[in-house]
Amino acid sequence: MNEAFFDKKEYKPLDRVDGRLKVTGAAQYSAEYPLPNMAYAVLVGSRIAKGTIKSIDTKAAERAPGVLAVISHMNAIKVPGYQPKGEHPSEPSTNGQPLRVFFDNKIYSNDQPIVAVVAVSLEKAQHGASLVKVQYNKEQHQTDLEANAKAAKLPEAAKKNPKSPTADYDRGQKDAFENSAVKIEAEYVLPTEMHNPMELQAIIAHWEADDKLTVYDKVQGTKMTQKNFAKEWNLPEENVKCITTFVGGAFGNGLHNWPHETAAIIAAKQVKRPVKLVLTREQMFTMVGYRPRTWQKIQMGATQDGKLVAINHESIGQTSTYEEFTESTLQQTRMMYASPNVSTRYRILPLNVATPIWMRGPGEATGAFGLESAMDEMAHVIGMDPIDFRLANYTESDPDKKMPWSTKYMRECYEEGKKRIGWENRKLKPGEVRDGEWLVGYGMGTGTFGANRSSATVHAELNKEGNLIMHCAITDIGPGTGTAMVQIASNATGIPTEKITFHLGSSEFPNAGLQGGSSTVNSVGPAVLSACNALKEQLITMAAAKGNAAFNSAKADDLMFDKNELQLGGKSAKTTLADLFKQNNIEKIETTKESKPDENRTKYSMYAFSMHFAKVHVHPFTGQVRVKKIVCCADAGTIVSPKTAASQMIGGATGGIGMALTEDAVMDHRFGRYVTKDLADYHMPVHADVPDIDVYFVNKPDLLADPVGSKGLGEIAIIGVAPAIANAVFNATGKRIRELPITPDKLI
Amino acid sequence: MIQFQYERAATTKAAVSALVNSSNAKFIAGGTNLVDLMKRNITAPTKLVDINQVPLKDIQQQNGKISIGALALNSRVAEHKLIIEKHPLLSQALNAGASPQIRNMATVGGNMMQRTRCHYFYDTALPCNKREPGSGCGALEGLNRMHAVFGTSEQCIAVHPSDMCVALVALDATVLVAGPKGERRIPFEEFHRLPGKQPEKDNTLQNNEMIVSVEIPDNAFSKNSHYMKVRDRASYAFALVSVAAALNMDGKIIKEARLAMGGVAHKPWRLKEAEKALIGKTASEETFRQAAEIAMQGAKAYKYNAFKLKLGPNVIVEALKNAADLV
Ligand SMILES: Cc1cc2nc3c(=O)[nH]c(=O)nc-3n(C[C@H](O)[C@H](O)[C@H](O)COP(=O)(O)OP(=O)(O)OC[C@H]3O[C@@H](n4cnc5c(N)ncnc54)[C@H](O)[C@@H]3O)c2cc1C
Repeated sequence: MNEAFFDKKEYKPLDRVDGRLKVTGAAQYSAEYPLPNMAYAVLVGSRIAKGTIKSIDTKAAERAPGVLAVISHMNAIKVPGYQPKGEHPSEPSTNGQPLRVFFDNKIYSNDQPIVAVVAVSLEKAQHGASLVKVQYNKEQHQTDLEANAKAAKLPEAAKKNPKSPTADYDRGQKDAFENSAVKIEAEYVLPTEMHNPMELQAIIAHWEADDKLTVYDKVQGTKMTQKNFAKEWNLPEENVKCITTFVGGAFGNGLHNWPHETAAIIAAKQVKRPVKLVLTREQMFTMVGYRPRTWQKIQMGATQDGKLVAINHESIGQTSTYEEFTESTLQQTRMMYASPNVSTRYRILPLNVATPIWMRGPGEATGAFGLESAMDEMAHVIGMDPIDFRLANYTESDPDKKMPWSTKYMRECYEEGKKRIGWENRKLKPGEVRDGEWLVGYGMGTGTFGANRSSATVHAELNKEGNLIMHCAITDIGPGTGTAMVQIASNATGIPTEKITFHLGSSEFPNAGLQGGSSTVNSVGPAVLSACNALKEQLITMAAAKGNAAFNSAKADDLMFDKNELQLGGKSAKTTLADLFKQNNIEKIETTKESKPDENRTKYSMYAFSMHFAKVHVHPFTGQVRVKKIVCCADAGTIVSPKTAASQMIGGATGGIGMALTEDAVMDHRFGRYVTKDLADYHMPVHADVPDIDVYFVNKPDLLADPVGSKGLGEIAIIGVAPAIANAVFNATGKRIRELPITPDKLI
Repeated sequence: MIQFQYERAATTKAAVSALVNSSNAKFIAGGTNLVDLMKRNITAPTKLVDINQVPLKDIQQQNGKISIGALALNSRVAEHKLIIEKHPLLSQALNAGASPQIRNMATVGGNMMQRTRCHYFYDTALPCNKREPGSGCGALEGLNRMHAVFGTSEQCIAVHPSDMCVALVALDATVLVAGPKGERRIPFEEFHRLPGKQPEKDNTLQNNEMIVSVEIPDNAFSKNSHYMKVRDRASYAFALVSVAAALNMDGKIIKEARLAMGGVAHKPWRLKEAEKALIGKTASEETFRQAAEIAMQGAKAYKYNAFKLKLGPNVIVEALKNAADLV
């Protein structure tokens, strides 16, 4: 990796503040709280995809040694907050009625949880689960997206609100495509993909009193979880506590509370003990969300000299029959290029499958595979370099929202990426470059994601030893949120990073939204800044009150720490924190600060951008693809934590390699059941698949987006990677693969 | 977990007699396959006989052959000086399989006895004649991209997943097994079987027998051999198609040839007709292409594995080219 960007900016690379805890096993994940008297629950899933449960024979399981309870819709306690149809307790994940576990005998998808066996040990619960016998009344299921495409429909949200991002969108003339000089039309398919984080979904549910619930739960929002379960169990919010100190990767599947969580809570209530429930790897394919299989069609029209005339982009993504999951698959098409005429048609197709959920780069990553492949196809037809083609259609303002960008530094990304990947070695004509037997190809793909921001609150205290301690409910699903916040605080105060602690991952802490949508640094970062400034103002006031004249007209921005000494405007203020606290006879100062999105959001269009370049080798006879190099360029505003940010990009690129080449949750539609459902059969890239990944950040602040100047990074790290690789494969071979993943059989 | 007895055997004899009178007892070696199958309720032995203390780990040169003990670890065999020197094909094949961690546990005997990776075999909610005779073959009209194109039956189209065995069948290995009545030798090619009407039987080892060692006769292939494995990712995946190619060359002329394929049949698939077609020929892409065509005669594809009819011969040609130093 290129280190150069590390030393030229203010924010220095910092090892993860919790890295040691993670690598030594000291970090506590949700399944790792050893509560006394713990019981263990194992879920039994349905073996049909649609129908009803006729009967459940639980006798053998109940008699098995150590089994405490066998829970199903037959005997589960009533969950007070189970909503009547149509009322959704867990906004904003999805529209509809989330699956109510153990509610009735209905089966909506294969491996839907239908029974929980609770026992004194995991092994005993597993054995009990193997003894449960279920009889079904089977009904004809539909799980095949392509076969049922005709039944696709407009999401309810779009029907109600024509301004909804999933509503039909038309800009310019409808027949522009038909009348274009150069036309291409192509269909693209992205298979169902699984988040498959290292850490399995896990919960410990503990009723500390009849009306007091604590969950140690692997989620992406502690406050969301607190709210949802408070509603579900009809409790005041303060009676529900959600602890999520560490998360071993989530990629989006913790953005929704899933049936297994409620199952554990029901079980804990029923056996009157804390209950631990960890999904199996197989259940990670069926009992939590996933990236939905999506079909797309693009019609693109251009002039002979490479000016886009029209883009018509439609997509159909699968959802369950009980919730309408939607994502912004077509957003990028509306705003990325200066095409005067654009139409998008977003549809969903309810099938007998579990509800999907956002997966890293949700929607955009899927849509970008279509759009950026089509851009490459068009460039090829016109005979233009794909970068030149994109530059010819570069837009200096948002053609969708009709607003100026807050910032957009994509030209820098094109330039730098070209240089680093060795674009000059690319030939316009495919199949022209070889390295021994291997065909060599270069490709690129662009990504974008909204620079989202929500309100967040941080509590900060500074004690007389000069330690800064902060608290916030936000979770860290792996990007290094604690590290980033410590860096922001250190940068704002001058307090060395080792004296700063950022506590996160508890609903007991001040409010924050979900860790999702690349919004954490943009949302929590400003609250950290604001809290730091508030502390500095308190110090200034204290110092001025004690007659230190230099502080009379000082502002927070002027004050910095150098060790424990206070400095004003870069000069010694001749006082230390210890003195100041002593003079005022206090041990510490503290503050709680909320930071919110401001009105700039109504005046500017705010997006983060990425550009991924890939160099691949393709074997002409065996069809194997080897990615030789990836260059990731990002315009993500200020990079507050260069090391963990680069790790984000590397991780995203790795996910993109999986999307392009290996990942595929294959379903046998005769049974509506996945067949590739473990890590041996569902192929995530291994080390040997991942080449050198070179990361470049423009690293220019976007202070219109938020006071930290960051635009978010997690999503754009993956968006555009898959088309970059697919385009490189085309450049190498002349073969255009429009259905991912690009496995060897598709290239021979 | 279903309860079972566990005992250790320290000698081959003790191991074999531990199986007597116990219809559903099984040996456990590295456990990398058996434990998974037990966890998934695919097999439920009433007794496990741990054979890891039986002294069968040696790799020795004997009269005109190398003998590899059944309990030699896959990683040890792959890195053993004798094997790298005399049978690099075997070393390559072993290193193409699984992951370093698994190879550090897996044994030669266990590798031969590993069960298919067919999706339908692995999911007890789906039909599989191999797991549950008479329940039907889920793969026949299902997702059979990974499945066999040679020697299939209406009952089963699964493939044997081993890489090591593909090299061993090419190298004319022999399997030494011990039973209650003493030892016997099985040519490697006859060790695994085709599914026919009894897909539940993977091989010809009797229920009361144990693999003692594998013997590879000395040969003249060490300079010109190659194992090529094509899979869905660069490492840690089972073969779509793999080929073990070994040549004995006099200049450019092929004096002897050995060819076998993996990922295409219920057993490691030896290609004797194709071998014959190579003898006396000058090594060239064209010669290899002709042999590959012969190799694929009789292949039959199913809905999702037709690509193997094209990939198979390509990999044969590539493996031979590498063996003959033509790339
Ligand atoms: C994720 C994964 C990926 C893999 N990828 C590959 C791959 O790419 N290529 C490949 O070739 N393999 C692969 N393997 C399989 C691996 O090679 C086998 O699991 C291993 O070789 C089995 O050896 P073991 O000693 O662990 O056998 P065990 O699991 O201990 O036993 C397997 C079977 O062999 C029997 N057995 C063991 N020893 C003897 C003996 N001496 N006599 C008679 N019966 C015996 C046991 O009773 C049992 O039925 C993979 C495995 C995993 C888990």
